Amino acid sequence: MEPLLELKNISLSYHTMEGETPALTDINFSIGEGEFVALVGPSGCGKSTILNLISGLLQPEQGEILIKGEPLSHSLVNIGYMLQRDHLFEWRTVFSNILLGLEIQHGVTREKKEKAEEMMRTYGLEDFKNARPSQLSGGMRQRAALIRTLVLEPALVLLDEPFSALDYQTRLLVSDDIGKIIRREGKTALLVTHDISEAISMADRVLVLTKRPAHIQAELPLTFAMEDRTPMACRNAPEFKTYFNQIWKELNQNET
Amino acid sequence: MKPERILTPQELFLKKQRKKKLQIRAARVFLLIAFLALWEISAALGWIDSFIFSSPSRVVETFWTMCLGQQLLVHIGITLAETLISFFLVILFGIGFAVLLWLCPRFSAVMEPYLVVLNSLPKSAMAPLLIVWLGANMRTIVVAGMSVAIFGSIISLYSGFQEVDPDAVKLIYTLGGKKKDTLFKVILPSSVPFLLSTFKVNIGLCLVGVVIGEFIGARSGLGYLIIYGSQVFQLNMVIMCILVLCIIATLLYVAVSVLEKQYLKRH
Ligand SMILES: Nc1ncnc2c1ncn2[C@@H]1O[C@H](COP(=O)(O)OP(=O)(O)OP(=O)(O)O)[C@@H](O)[C@H]1O
Ligand SMILES: [Mg+2]
Repeated sequence: MEPLLELKNISLSYHTMEGETPALTDINFSIGEGEFVALVGPSGCGKSTILNLISGLLQPEQGEILIKGEPLSHSLVNIGYMLQRDHLFEWRTVFSNILLGLEIQHGVTREKKEKAEEMMRTYGLEDFKNARPSQLSGGMRQRAALIRTLVLEPALVLLDEPFSALDYQTRLLVSDDIGKIIRREGKTALLVTHDISEAISMADRVLVLTKRPAHIQAELPLTFAMEDRTPMACRNAPEFKTYFNQIWKELNQNET
Repeated sequence: MKPERILTPQELFLKKQRKKKLQIRAARVFLLIAFLALWEISAALGWIDSFIFSSPSRVVETFWTMCLGQQLLVHIGITLAETLISFFLVILFGIGFAVLLWLCPRFSAVMEPYLVVLNSLPKSAMAPLLIVWLGANMRTIVVAGMSVAIFGSIISLYSGFQEVDPDAVKLIYTLGGKKKDTLFKVILPSSVPFLLSTFKVNIGLCLVGVVIGEFIGARSGLGYLIIYGSQVFQLNMVIMCILVLCIIATLLYVAVSVLEKQYLKRH
C-alpha cells in the first residue's frame, strides 16, 4: 500500500550572516495510514525542522516530500500541527478558539460547528464552551488545542513536544489522554519528543535521529502483547524496558 | 460595653493597609489646601505681587466672570475639540502606518532612521512653519496636535506588533492562514492592551501640540487666551487658563484609563 507520507533524501541548511548551519542530511522515512510514529533525538538536532518541512512552513533544499504519492505543494490534504504551547487566545472563548482554524479556512458551517461541539462533549469540555482559556487546567487546554487541530479533519497530525510545558504528573495524564484521542479518531500522527518513555508509550514505531546535521540513525517498530493499547498500560508492559534500553543505546551511540 | 474582638492577622494587615491609604490621601488633599492657602495669604499680605502672581480668589473670580460671558466655555470647547480630533487622527494614522510597516519589513527598515529623527525633533519648532504652509486655521492646529504624538505612536505600536509571540503567529500559519490572518487574528487583538496604554500617553501629547499651535496661529482656544492674556497683562486670565488646561489634561487621561480598565476587566 502507498504510504501516507514519504520523505525522500531531504536535506536542509539554515543560512545566517554568521554562517551556514546544516540541519538535516539525507532524511528518508515514510509513515503509513493510521500509524503513530515518534521521532526522538538530541536537542537541537533538527526535529522541529522536519515537522516544519512536512507542514509546508519551510521548503527543503534537496529531496522531496510526498503526501499520498503527490508532491506536498500540490496536495490539498490538511496537515494538523500541534505546537509545544497551546496558544489558546485569551480574547476568545474556548469554543471560538476551537473554531479558529475553520474561520481561517472559511470553513465554518453548521455541520462543522456541531462536530466541534460534539468533540467538546466527548472529551469533557462542553461546560467550558464559553469560558476563557485561563479557566481551563493545563490538560484541558492541551485537549482544546488538539480539538482545534482535529476539527480541520487533518490526514496527518504533527505534534512537536506538545507536553513539555506541563509538569510531570499532568504530563503523564495528558499524554495518555491525547494518545487515546488520536487513536480513537484513527489519525496518523508524527510525534516529536525528548522523552524516550513518552515515545514508547504512544508510538507504533520510533525513529532515532543523530545529532545535527540529523539523519536517521535507527528505526524501531514497537509491538506490545496487549489488546487495548493505551499509553499508561504500555508504561507497565514487560516490553517497555527492553525498548527503552534499545533507544537509549541508539541515542548514546551519537554521543561518541 | 461590647468586648473588643481580637483581630486575626489578616484583618490586622487589611486594617493597616487601609490606614496607610487613608493617610496618603489625606496628605495629598492637605498639600493642595496648604498650597492654595499659602498662595492666597501671601497675595493678601503683599508678600508676592498679586498683579503678577494672581491669587486663588482672583483666579476663581476670573473664571466665573468669563464663564458667565460664555467666551471661556467656547475657548475650552475649541481646544477640547481640536485635541480630540487630532487624537483620533493619531489613532487612525498611527495604527494604519504601523500595520503598513509590519506588513512590509523592508519598507520599515528603510523608514526606521527617518522615524527616529522625526520623533526626536522638537515639534514646537515646526509650528511656525505649519502656520505659513497651512494657514492660521483649525486644520493647522489639529496638524500641530498630531505632529507631537504621531511619530512616537507609530514607533511604539510597531515595536509592540513585533513583540507578539512568534509561535502564536506560527500557529496561524499551521492552521492554513496567510499574513492577513496573522494580522487580524493575532497581532491586532493581542495588541489591544498595549494600544490603550499608548493612547493614554498620546492624548496628553495631542493637547500639548494643540496648545503650541494655538499660541502661534489661532484666534480662539486656551492657548490663544494665554498668549492674549500675557500680552495685555491679564495674568489672572493666564493662570486661570493654565489651571483649566491642567484639569482638562487630567480628565482626558482618566477617560482613557477608564476605557483601559473596562477592557482589561472584560478580558
Ligand atoms: N531560523 C533558523 N535560522 C538559523 N538556524 C536555525 C533556525 N531554526 C533552527 N536553527 C538551528 O537548526 C538546528 C535545528 O533546529 P530545530 O529547531 O529543528 O531543532 P530541534 O531538534 O527541534 O531542537 P529542540 O530539541 O531544541 O526542539 C538548531 O541547531 C538551530 O539552532
Ligand atoms: Mg524543537
